[in-house]
Amino acid sequence: MSAPRRPTDPSGLERYYVLTGGRSGPGGSASTLDVATLVVSRAAPSPGMQHEHQEILRRCREPLSVAELGAHLQLPFNILAVLLSDLLRAGSVEARDPIPAHDAGRGPDLALLEEVLSGLERL
Amino acid sequence: MKVMIAGGFGTGKTTMVRSVSDIKPLTTEETLTQASADVDHLVGVADKTQTTVSLDFGKISLNDTLMLYLFGTPGQERFWFLWNGLFKGALGAVVLVDTRRLASSFRAIEEMERQKVPFVIALNVFPDSRDYPVEEIRDALDIPPRTPVVTFDARDRAASRDVLVTLIRHLKDRSTAALEPR
Repeated sequence: MSAPRRPTDPSGLERYYVLTGGRSGPGGSASTLDVATLVVSRAAPSPGMQHEHQEILRRCREPLSVAELGAHLQLPFNILAVLLSDLLRAGSVEARDPIPAHDAGRGPDLALLEEVLSGLERL
Repeated sequence: MKVMIAGGFGTGKTTMVRSVSDIKPLTTEETLTQASADVDHLVGVADKTQTTVSLDFGKISLNDTLMLYLFGTPGQERFWFLWNGLFKGALGAVVLVDTRRLASSFRAIEEMERQKVPFVIALNVFPDSRDYPVEEIRDALDIPPRTPVVTFDARDRAASRDVLVTLIRHLKDRSTAALEPR
C-alpha cells in the first residue's frame, strides 16, 4: 500500500517539483552547466539513491552531454541541472566543460578549428 | 563543442540537424522559469505561466575525442530570449534562409549580430525556390560583406556537412585576421 508509485502524469510540473525538492535552478558549480557539457560518472549507483540520480550515474559511465541526458531522461534542462548539482556536490559525477570556443577577445583556437575541419572532411 | 542552427520558422533547421547528425536527432526541453541562477523555490508555481520549448539536437563524432553538437534553435521568435545562455560558448552559427520568405530570417541574423556569434548564411533551396543571385540576397538581408553566403539543400548530408565546413573556415579566417598585427 505504501509502496512508491510512479506519478500518473510523468511530464507534469508536480513531477519536477518532487524530483528537485522544489528547487528550480542549480546552485554552485552546476550553474555553469551547458547543454554541451559532458557528464561522466565517478561512482556507481547505490540502492538508497533517488531513482533519477541512479539513472544519471548509469547513463554517464561513458561521457554524455547534458542535452543527450535530458533527452533520454525526458527532463528539461533546468530540472536536470538541479539533479546534476546534487551529484556534483557529492562527487559522484564530474562535469567536463565544453571546450571554450573563444578566448577573451580572440577567436577560437586555430589548432582546434583545424581538427574540427579535418573531422568534418572525413564524414 | 557546439554549433547553433538558427533561422526563421520552417527554414529547415530540424532537417539539417537530422541529415548531418550521427545519431538519431534528440529533443531536449527547457521550461520557462530561469529567472534566477541560484536555488529558489517554486512557490506559487500554479500562478506562473509555464511554457516548455523544445530544442532539436544532433551530434557528429569528429574523431575519438572530439564531438560536435548541433542545436536547432526554436523557430518561434518569442522564445528567443531563452537562448541567450545557449549561444554562449558556441563556436558559431549557421543561419538558414528560405529565399521564398527572406523576412523570416531577419530576426535570426539580427540576433547573431547582437550576441556577437560568428555565423554563415545558408540558403536552403526548396523545390519551388527561384534562383536568386546570392548578391541580391546579401543586399536584401544586409549581410556583412565578409560573412559567407552559400546555397544548399538541407536534406542532403554532404551539402549540410559542406555548410559546416564553410562555417569552420570562416572562423579560421576570423581568427587568423585577429592574430595579425594591426
